[in-house]
Amino acid sequence: MARQHTDKEYEAELVKLREQLLVMGGRVEEMIASSIKALVERDTELAQKTIELDAHVNNAEVRTDELCLRILARRQPVASDLRFITMALKLVVDLERIGDVCVNICERAIELNEEPPLKSLADMPRMTETIQAMVHDALDAFVAGDTEKAQQVIARDRSVDAYYAQTFRELLTYMIEDPRNISRAMCLQAVAKHLERIGDHATNLAEMVVFQVKGKDIRHTGRKKDKPPA
Amino acid sequence: MNDSNPPPVTEKMRAEDVHAWFGPTHALKGVTMSVPDKQVTAIIGPSGCGKSTFVRCLNRMHEVVPGARVEGKVLLDGQNIYGSRVNPVRVRRHVGMVFQKPNPFPTMSIRDNVLAGLRPNGQKVDDPASVVETALKHAALWDEAKDVLDRSGSSLSGGQQQRLCIARALALEPEVLLMDEPCSALDPIATARIEELIHEISDRYTIVIVTHNMQQAARVADTTAFFYQGEIVEVGETDQIFTRPKNQKTEDYITGRFG
Repeated sequence: MARQHTDKEYEAELVKLREQLLVMGGRVEEMIASSIKALVERDTELAQKTIELDAHVNNAEVRTDELCLRILARRQPVASDLRFITMALKLVVDLERIGDVCVNICERAIELNEEPPLKSLADMPRMTETIQAMVHDALDAFVAGDTEKAQQVIARDRSVDAYYAQTFRELLTYMIEDPRNISRAMCLQAVAKHLERIGDHATNLAEMVVFQVKGKDIRHTGRKKDKPPA
Repeated sequence: MNDSNPPPVTEKMRAEDVHAWFGPTHALKGVTMSVPDKQVTAIIGPSGCGKSTFVRCLNRMHEVVPGARVEGKVLLDGQNIYGSRVNPVRVRRHVGMVFQKPNPFPTMSIRDNVLAGLRPNGQKVDDPASVVETALKHAALWDEAKDVLDRSGSSLSGGQQQRLCIARALALEPEVLLMDEPCSALDPIATARIEELIHEISDRYTIVIVTHNMQQAARVADTTAFFYQGEIVEVGETDQIFTRPKNQKTEDYITGRFG
């Protein structure tokens, strides 16, 4: 969208929509980082604060939907504008869902903080960084219309899936070792699953970027995903 | 014409390297495009892009303007309508036209308006009542007009007058119907009725519609062509043109980022 609209008000609406999405994306990234920080550093207060942030994300979803509907009704957008607005409507669903998943992580963190640590969580921040970067890059790619970057995000999802599979196996050994580990291991397994889901949402975002820029739907085109063990 | 599974449609008309001039002004600069049979083809583009001139070349209406001339070929069912032995009046019977402003003959009754094209020199028409009824039904005006056939055409509303003009064109049983901005003088309801009518008759007629209203093109047309400065920039399936145009100029024009 290099050129400006002849209609400045329409242009301003599209700029506003883009900004709203970025602010929402920024909040979500912050929630990912602080939910895992709360878990790793056993910081219940941070977990509570992070849960509170979710209201902003939910609110942003509603306001973005409103703005998109208003633009659709008033402007009858076509071509790249139409793709941008319909993708924005879908993008907020994934972003909002990431926010919810972060709340779930915080809830597990609060539960885990009641008990002694099961194992070192040294690998978690590294994984979180990858996932956070995936969301960040997907949004960057959306703003810049950079399909290359979007494709890289999609490619990185494999490492997230592999991480989940590995964590699952590890936690299984803790559970086999001692049944008293089961509840904590299950909590950590849930967190790992949540992180894996965020990776999937980031992949969705990246796929939307490709559609937004090229008008080409790359979803469900036979990409083999590493399936977690049953 | 486009790469996404084109349906097996036959070509009703084909323009080949058509040039048109108004005096010294070169209005069409080598347009080549095909018009699929029994489909709706929309032509969009900014004022002065040559879209009206183009459709007027499709039934030899351009050359009636003083100083205007045409070069190139226009094929109707494979026959060049600019061939030396072709009678332009006969071409116009096969390729009818509806204009921007409804133009019923004001002194004629509704009935006589419908029959006007069939008896330009006062000839007799076989079973005129049935011709009038069929044409008005096809133009979705029968229910409103059947009891007032003797009234003047200008007693109708603007939307009804336009449908009367469509009935007048359809009475000649053309194969192709050219519509040059048929709704630009109508309100949204009358516009919706004309669009519905276009949809209904498109299984019997090949329709080419020129419109400034891009949403209208998106609604009614199977194929859309974008004209700019006397040339075709892009032509393709309407869905493709309005969701993922290939040409940046098309993108800029339809999204409102022009000039």
